[in-house]
Amino acid sequence: MSASVLYDAPGPKARTRNRIYTVVGTLAVAGLIAFVVMQLASKDQFATAKWDIFNYANVRVAIRDGILTTLKVFAAAGALSLVLGVVLAVARYSEHRPIRWFATGFIELFRAIPLLITIYALWVLFLTYKSDLGVVGQNNSFWALVIGLTVYNSSVQAEVLRAGFQAVPRGQVEAAYALGLRKYQVMTMLLLPQAIRSMLPTIISQLVVTLKDTSLGYIITYAELLYAARKLANNTLVEGEYPYVPVLIVTGTIYVLMCLALSGLANWIERRGRRAKTGIKVAAAAEPVGEGGLMDAADLPGGAGHGSAAAEPVERPASDDRSEGPGSPRS
Amino acid sequence: MNVLLDHLSEFREGFLGTIGLTLASGLLAMLLGTVLAGFRVSPVPPLRYFGTAWVTLFRNTPLTLLFLVIWFAVPQVLDFGFSPWVKALIVLSCYTSSFVCEAVRSGISTVPLGQAEAARSIGMSFFQTLGLVILPQAVRTVLPPLSSIFIALTKNSAIAGAFSVTELFGWQKLLSDQGYPIAWVFLWVALGYLVITFAISILFRVLERTLEVAR
Repeated sequence: MSASVLYDAPGPKARTRNRIYTVVGTLAVAGLIAFVVMQLASKDQFATAKWDIFNYANVRVAIRDGILTTLKVFAAAGALSLVLGVVLAVARYSEHRPIRWFATGFIELFRAIPLLITIYALWVLFLTYKSDLGVVGQNNSFWALVIGLTVYNSSVQAEVLRAGFQAVPRGQVEAAYALGLRKYQVMTMLLLPQAIRSMLPTIISQLVVTLKDTSLGYIITYAELLYAARKLANNTLVEGEYPYVPVLIVTGTIYVLMCLALSGLANWIERRGRRAKTGIKVAAAAEPVGEGGLMDAADLPGGAGHGSAAAEPVERPASDDRSEGPGSPRS
Repeated sequence: MNVLLDHLSEFREGFLGTIGLTLASGLLAMLLGTVLAGFRVSPVPPLRYFGTAWVTLFRNTPLTLLFLVIWFAVPQVLDFGFSPWVKALIVLSCYTSSFVCEAVRSGISTVPLGQAEAARSIGMSFFQTLGLVILPQAVRTVLPPLSSIFIALTKNSAIAGAFSVTELFGWQKLLSDQGYPIAWVFLWVALGYLVITFAISILFRVLERTLEVAR
């Protein structure tokens, strides 16, 4: 347990004290839960009629459709943002100054503006030019949501990848050029695979953010899960009351489960990556922290800030790792 | 250009609204997040579980859903009669506190083990170790993530605008509803946010430099 930094193995006195704290803490937490439950019960929120609505087929279909549209937006925005993120990250490494400047400007601008503002502006824009836009005009709220999510998340993903590029030891790039590889070969064979591998947990954590942010579609009245939930609660009158509490509890649980599944994947990849002996340092499965205008890659996990630490395992010959284990053939 | 000049007073109100909401919920989130981080590293299991549950719940729930909960579900159960501003403050600080908690907790783990051992060996209690030795050092290492959390909070406060709290997004919504060209409105709102986020960035850079510790 990491908390052991703060306290010793408790002696008899501390054990008694901790037991008292535990009892008090349990009572406090249990009291809080009991208060919430009693309040809910006293307002009749546990009435069977209120929860019975989930037995109706149309309610289930509405929730299922909400989940499906949410996943649709997430799939589109997630895939597009990964593609655009790679393009932007590579563009930042371009030898042509205008391309580099454009990519930097794009990333800095869209990371600093609230996503909701971007989505709303796009939505109004698409609504205004509805007839000229063809397919996009028909699904204006879908595309506003997807494109808004894409530009924001691709900017973040690009920065994550850039940190991944910087974690690759400089000597590898020099060696690749010395071998006569071209720029695009260095990028596709050396930098990108290693950057993606080391940053995969962070990339997936950012996808969790993308998934959560699909709920902004609610504000531009796009029919994703949250909008479906609101509509459901608003259109069903149970005993003279709108069933907001049960509907939001169920919807919230669905969101939490979806996000937990995705971040579970990120954690699994992080653990797996740490075990692997490829010498590529795997970043922590946390959301990228660097945001706003004045950010440099040193803020990111596994970024240049940890440069020497990241480079170190690569230079160590793999046989060293093996000789450490008592059961290895060498020893 | 005219869009801004014609509606300067509303713009100023929205700009100040964003700053006020960000500042207030940022401070509250810091307080709550530090307490939660204390819970999560404490030797008392129920408090640890509470902290973990809080962080898991708030980090994995969309902020918009939390807004819906406090706007529609909470009044059905417990009607405090809070104003929209206070409701937005509660939602934003609860949501942000979970991120602050994780940042502070990871900051605590960067303090060398020897520091805590030294503190304990001279007879400091848990609270003394935490409050006098660990937290002051941890705070300095968590400044960069905290700055990103505050920038994210500034941007998240836009959602409060969609729930009719006076801030910059509300200004954009109002003007585009009145039929003003969205590109100009967007530009001014974006600039407003850029000013705030740059200010936060610079403030934290300065803090980082002044509070830097040699380790």
